[in-house]
Amino acid sequence: MSEFVSMRSVIEASYFIAAILFIFGLKRMSSPVTARGGIIWAGAGMVVATLVTFLYPGMGNYALMMVAIFIGGVLAWVSGKKVAMTNMPQMIALYNGMGGGAAAAIAAVELLGGEEHGLVFGTLAVLGGMIGAVSFSGSLIAFAKLQGLMKSTVRFGGQQLLNLLLLTATVGLAGIIVFQHGDINLVSVFFLLALILGVTMTLPIGGADMPVVISLYNALTGLAVAFEGFVLQNAAMIIAGTVVGAAGTLLTQLMAKAMNRSLANVLFSGFGDEVVGEASDISGSMKPIEAADVGVMMAFADKVLIVPGYGMAVAQAQHKVWELAQLLISRGVDVKFAIHPVAGRMPGHMNVLLAEAGVPYDIIYDQDEINAEFASADVALVIGANDVVNPAARTDPASPIYGMPILNADHAKNVIVIKRGQGVGFSGIENALFFLDQTRMLYGDGQEMASQLIQEVKSI
Amino acid sequence: MIDGFIALYIFMLAAFVGHEIIGRVPSILHTPLMSGSNFVHGIVLVGAMVALGRADTTMELTIGFIGVFLGAGNAVGGYVVTERMLEMFKSSKEKGS
Repeated sequence: MSEFVSMRSVIEASYFIAAILFIFGLKRMSSPVTARGGIIWAGAGMVVATLVTFLYPGMGNYALMMVAIFIGGVLAWVSGKKVAMTNMPQMIALYNGMGGGAAAAIAAVELLGGEEHGLVFGTLAVLGGMIGAVSFSGSLIAFAKLQGLMKSTVRFGGQQLLNLLLLTATVGLAGIIVFQHGDINLVSVFFLLALILGVTMTLPIGGADMPVVISLYNALTGLAVAFEGFVLQNAAMIIAGTVVGAAGTLLTQLMAKAMNRSLANVLFSGFGDEVVGEASDISGSMKPIEAADVGVMMAFADKVLIVPGYGMAVAQAQHKVWELAQLLISRGVDVKFAIHPVAGRMPGHMNVLLAEAGVPYDIIYDQDEINAEFASADVALVIGANDVVNPAARTDPASPIYGMPILNADHAKNVIVIKRGQGVGFSGIENALFFLDQTRMLYGDGQEMASQLIQEVKSI
Repeated sequence: MIDGFIALYIFMLAAFVGHEIIGRVPSILHTPLMSGSNFVHGIVLVGAMVALGRADTTMELTIGFIGVFLGAGNAVGGYVVTERMLEMFKSSKEKGS
């Protein structure tokens, strides 16, 4: 027995060290200078915690365990290494969903197993399982949407009511399960309901709001992990889960704020509903332009502001755009990149993508820093961005994006929009910017157009 | 045993720590941080390992196996993705300055 006790303290001490490494790792990740070291600290914590768990007293099935770790680990490793930077957000959603699913699986085993947990821990097990299951199926839907596997947003009348009913039924069943331990039918129906709830909750949410939703599910998974940690009496899970739960909640609020929307608004009001018809009293036409003219315009400009959007990243045009910017800079043009807080798919996503292309930090500006400068800019080059430069957000109360802070590209003397075709943006809203007098549309693939512009500027 | 008020204290303090860590973060780090915290809750893996380790029936074994598989995916995938993202920050800083 004393051997068990000392083993126990080795395990507890290792979990303690892991928890410290997680916290300091996250702390380091919150500053650009130390961020790289942060993930390595946290990674070390994870390795320590995982290895020491093999020493847990009273366990078996080691072969099965190692096979599961191997398959899960290798699949995640390969997919994580292979995925393009532009697709990072949905991969985060996917891995987050897996974590939620794991928490739900722990709850399921605990609830089906012989042990009674008592009122408090029984409740925590059930709640953690429910949150984990919702996070699992919800994250998978978010993944499918961002990956483009699921194009449409499913909405129907009474959807909120259905969600409410589902939630009530799930919570009700949860209550029964706490008292009626180990009933396999009840537990199965309970998890099935929670999984369906995650799907129906996520389906009506539009693509533009997905980052906020993923962040929310991230926080929820953290909470689920913490709850299951209480049930298993595992300090590392409690601390890591709670820290992520709290940090994730705050992060979710910050993201929602950057889009000028409340969390409730994101979750319960459809984005880009049928409002479009009401708001599209846009007059004028889109005026096309040739690359040669744009080249001249930019080469002889004093100041060019580049507004990159997700479309640029999809076209893999960031390297060409940076090459173009360097060319202009060498001609004495003042070139700056203007980044909207939610450019790309998440706050900071565009900065990552530009950093990948080698654009230095000191010519990348946040919305607040750059917005006043558009008025003095000769050219605003909008490439692959749409909703974040739509002046309707400022002027049209009927627009679904009304109130969202935008980049004032429409204040520039000339606006050039590089765009694939005449379609609407991610949120499905017509963009008033494209119809302005000083706006010209350069139709084509972002990367191709950037290459053409480089040639045009070079030939001057 | 982590019980009663001790559990509550741990929960409260850990929540406070989480809140403090994110409090003053520049928005450019939001995505990497979300990814990093996504990795950290991959600790669920150890819980799933314990659940599988104690499982007896086929049902429990199956669910436990799925749990460990998912947990390992969360931890490994979260790490790889975060590491790749942060790598970019470093190289750009060096090139930029």
